[in-house]
Amino acid sequence: MSLSADLLARIRAASDDHGGPRPAMLEALRMIQHEHGWVSDAHLAEAAATLGVHRAEMEALASFYSLIFRHPVGETVILLCDGASCWLNGADAVREELKARLGIGFGQTTADGRYTLLNVACLGGCDRAPAAVVGRDRRLIGPLSPEGVAELLEGGL
Amino acid sequence: MTELPLTSRARPDRRPHALGEWRALGGYAAVERARAMPPAEVIDMVEAAHLNGRGGAGFPAGRKWRFMPERGTSPGEGPNYLIVNGDEMEPGAFKDRYLLEALPHQVLEGAIITAHATHCDEAIILIRDEYRPGIAAVEHAIHEARDAGLLGGLHVRVHPSAGRYIVGEETALITALEGHRAVPRKRPPFPAQSGLWGRPTTVNNVETISLVPHILDLGAQRFRALSRTEEGGTKLYGVSGRVKRPQLIEAPMGTTARELIERAGGISGDGRLRAFQPGGGASGFLGPEHLDLPLDFGHVAVAGSMFGTGMLIVLDGSACPIGLLARHMRFYARESCGWCTPCREGLPLVSKILDRFEAGQGRRADLDLLHMTADEASPRGRSFCDLMGGAMAPLSSGLRMFAAEFEARLAEGERP
Ligand code: SF4
Repeated sequence: MSLSADLLARIRAASDDHGGPRPAMLEALRMIQHEHGWVSDAHLAEAAATLGVHRAEMEALASFYSLIFRHPVGETVILLCDGASCWLNGADAVREELKARLGIGFGQTTADGRYTLLNVACLGGCDRAPAAVVGRDRRLIGPLSPEGVAELLEGGL
Repeated sequence: MTELPLTSRARPDRRPHALGEWRALGGYAAVERARAMPPAEVIDMVEAAHLNGRGGAGFPAGRKWRFMPERGTSPGEGPNYLIVNGDEMEPGAFKDRYLLEALPHQVLEGAIITAHATHCDEAIILIRDEYRPGIAAVEHAIHEARDAGLLGGLHVRVHPSAGRYIVGEETALITALEGHRAVPRKRPPFPAQSGLWGRPTTVNNVETISLVPHILDLGAQRFRALSRTEEGGTKLYGVSGRVKRPQLIEAPMGTTARELIERAGGISGDGRLRAFQPGGGASGFLGPEHLDLPLDFGHVAVAGSMFGTGMLIVLDGSACPIGLLARHMRFYARESCGWCTPCREGLPLVSKILDRFEAGQGRRADLDLLHMTADEASPRGRSFCDLMGGAMAPLSSGLRMFAAEFEARLAEGERP
């Protein structure tokens, strides 16, 4: 599936807004991801062609950022904070519970495609530690407990 | 305004204000005031207010602004840029999230005034992707302010980043905005001479920017007097880790850890303070003897640590300091941009060794290696940017302060 005409137009517009094709690359990657959930090789190549940059340049940038996904992710991406304050408030137990409940490790997606589990830098939710950020709107949740994780997953994130 | 200018207007539920409400609370009066003044006078005020940058280094904001050339006086063509740094990812730091989400118009007001003072035509507010509510709030505020004609000729836009700690570094952020992998740049030239696209650029933290309108509102002397020390104003402190009610606290600059921890409900766990980091993950540990130290850039530096972001991470007597160090080093190892060998190779090694110690499998040679790495890599200039040196600060101070724990773990490891 190729990128929609609308998306391609917006990628071209980003090039004007950001002062050129190169600085628009990250924005283009973000837009693709927003629409498709992740950035496939084909989409990356198409965006690079649209901007007139080499796909290797685009690839180099995409692989630099941890929140540009180069593999399909689940419907709900769970970003679990691995900052110090969360750890001090019991994040390890929450991590174990999440892994056990979902049957996956960090960096993986459940077989039914519902959840992806990722480690991220301190989420700026230290007052709600242990904290996580979930879903496309990046909702901050916490403080989490192992019991709370069970409840959350049953109730749907 | 009251004596807590930064947060007193915020709603308890952190919902941002609509422009009308914000103006009813006195918002944007400072912008008018500033625009009626020549830029140099605004800078004089900020200098007289003793505002030190809140992003970590504590450099006087006014002095930094003075490096900016007037329009048309720098060689070449193009705008001057203001970059508002909201790419907060330092372990233990959660202040900018709050300011962006709850007080977007305050951030924007500060950006408008700062842009005026520094002759900037364009302002870019850089925000990490995980702060989507903050991104949305600031974008909405920009929209409202533009419609109301409050931006004047200033172009303002939000640039969301995509998850790399190093983007928060002053020069790496410029590289990132130009569309490259965010690797830091050599200084000099300083950004004020040659920053974004080679143009004069000022980079300020979200909290610094947010304080600027209040200097205009209160006047330099009153703003400065909000502090208990020489460094002017209030500070948005954070207290997290082993405290009963982790939270953000706006308090006079120079407030002590004792007061902040008390306000956060006191120590949790075993109730005894073991140590604290005064300025986020990359600051060296201080102990109970520093409970009454006034927390500002100068005092904390004299005590041998770094005030950094002013976000305290608290350890009680039952928390494992080696575990904490292991988490910190894992973080810095992962977030290294990979450019310098000591950082790229050293941090993963240190991280692995600490994991071994935490698991009770440390060896004497490992401990020696930790000491050696900390000694060799700590001094500024051994690696290109401050990430490596910053990571070494908790390690060196931790090796000293928690020597007994390391020895105990070592004994475990040496047991057959
Ligand atoms: S010290 Fe580390 S993060 Fe900084 S430039 Fe070198 S490799 Fe990159």
